[in-house]
Amino acid sequence: MAHGSSFAEFLSGSGLWPAPTLGASVGSSGSVDVPHATTIVALSTSAGIVMAGDRRATMGNIIAQRDIEKVFPADEHTVVGIAGAAGVAVELVRLFQVELEHYEKIEGVPLSLDGKANRLATLLRGNLGMAMQGLAVVPLFAGYDLDRGRGRIFSYDVTGGRYEERDHHAVGSGSVFARGSLKKLYRAGMSTDDAVMAVVEALYDAADDDSATGGPDLTRRIFPVIAVAEADGVRMLPDAEVGAVVERVVSARMTHPDGPTASLPGGAA
Amino acid sequence: MSMPFYVSPEQIIKDKADYARKGIARGRSVVVLQYDAGILFVAENPSRSLHKISEIYDRIGFAAVGKYNEFENLRVAGVRLADMRGYAYDRSDVTGRSLANAYAQTLGSIFTETTKPYEVELVVAEVGHEASEDEIYRLTFDGSVADEHGYVAMGGQAEDVAASLGESWRPGMSLDDAVRAGVAALGATTPAPPGPDQLEAAVLERSRPRRTFRRISADRLASILGVERPRPPAPGVAESPDLPSAAGEVP
Repeated sequence: MAHGSSFAEFLSGSGLWPAPTLGASVGSSGSVDVPHATTIVALSTSAGIVMAGDRRATMGNIIAQRDIEKVFPADEHTVVGIAGAAGVAVELVRLFQVELEHYEKIEGVPLSLDGKANRLATLLRGNLGMAMQGLAVVPLFAGYDLDRGRGRIFSYDVTGGRYEERDHHAVGSGSVFARGSLKKLYRAGMSTDDAVMAVVEALYDAADDDSATGGPDLTRRIFPVIAVAEADGVRMLPDAEVGAVVERVVSARMTHPDGPTASLPGGAA
Repeated sequence: MSMPFYVSPEQIIKDKADYARKGIARGRSVVVLQYDAGILFVAENPSRSLHKISEIYDRIGFAAVGKYNEFENLRVAGVRLADMRGYAYDRSDVTGRSLANAYAQTLGSIFTETTKPYEVELVVAEVGHEASEDEIYRLTFDGSVADEHGYVAMGGQAEDVAASLGESWRPGMSLDDAVRAGVAALGATTPAPPGPDQLEAAVLERSRPRRTFRRISADRLASILGVERPRPPAPGVAESPDLPSAAGEVP
């Protein structure tokens, strides 16, 4: 069969529909002002993984959207978060979701977690032309590996390079601050609840120092999107649950604006 | 110069139809029936991995009888069509009706334009948000479409199986009752109904969000039917979904 079980290859080979993220490039040079999605964090827990994203999209110095969603379930056991040009990134996620479901339906079994991570790399590589023109997309992919019985996290570069991360990772404009924060908050074998608290703290720290990352908006009740992938599948945490964690984090910051402190070895505290 | 024999178009069509019907009747049956919370598919199929029943899209299921390679071809084409439409437009724009039309066109052209017609019969079923919105389309080898209500039986001794369902099927029956009715109907032409390991079953569950298709495991079937699962068959015995088993219960 010409296209096997890949939807993306079928799509580009069909001639029926130009796949917008596959190898296309914008005509003129120079930068295009489009909304950009910002910070995504993920960490592994004793039961799987937790991924979270802030809700801000920026266009230059303008806040393009306050409540954009950047973390999506990719299939039953994996999630994908996106940073970069929002329009291209959301389309990439949509294509990736169909790609995984298509394979599963045609073949009767889902792809392995490594297979899924590799497919995302290939789709991303197809966007290289646009990335060179400033419309780069950087996803973060994580999920529960049914074969190995644990959560795994994969990061990417714009050329489709795929790197497996240990323990935790962050992408996007606020990622440097989020990574620093996660490094101090992460414990091996954390519970899911602790991990949810840690990602909210990390996103708070990212928003604290990066203007393109949105902090929790208590007045509008806009909270980070948090996804959990474990053996029984992916679940997106409901707003009420995230809201309760956010309120705890924010009220603690009222007295300690820099958040929890790590103890120094041999230090006074 | 030799003259080719003249064969009337009526005769050609009749011969092709007889050929296809014979092929379909040689295999084993599949039944599709509505129950209170969705649509149930039950097939007699000894293979765990070569399916006669499959998921096409969020609310659409597919069942087939006849030659495996031919209906597998159609199934893959259906998944592609549905995924393409859902990606190009929206997931809600993928309908069972459009898929049934596409299959009807394909089967119709194959039947008229090629020497060997497809020996298959299909059901495309779409579960609605209410039982009254459920759609069940039956497609035959020549591209005919029938809009069915309640239950469908096809393949093997389909008429006897349908007659059995006609007696046992009731609107709004529970899943367990529907499974028992379906399995009893599949066994209508054999001395004993097929056991859980000879069955393939799946449902489109009305209330599920997004993908409604779920397979029913052999263990679950055994508990619904109130029978013990026998030990798995000895390795090395090939079982194909489009042929009668080696024991040959079908003439």
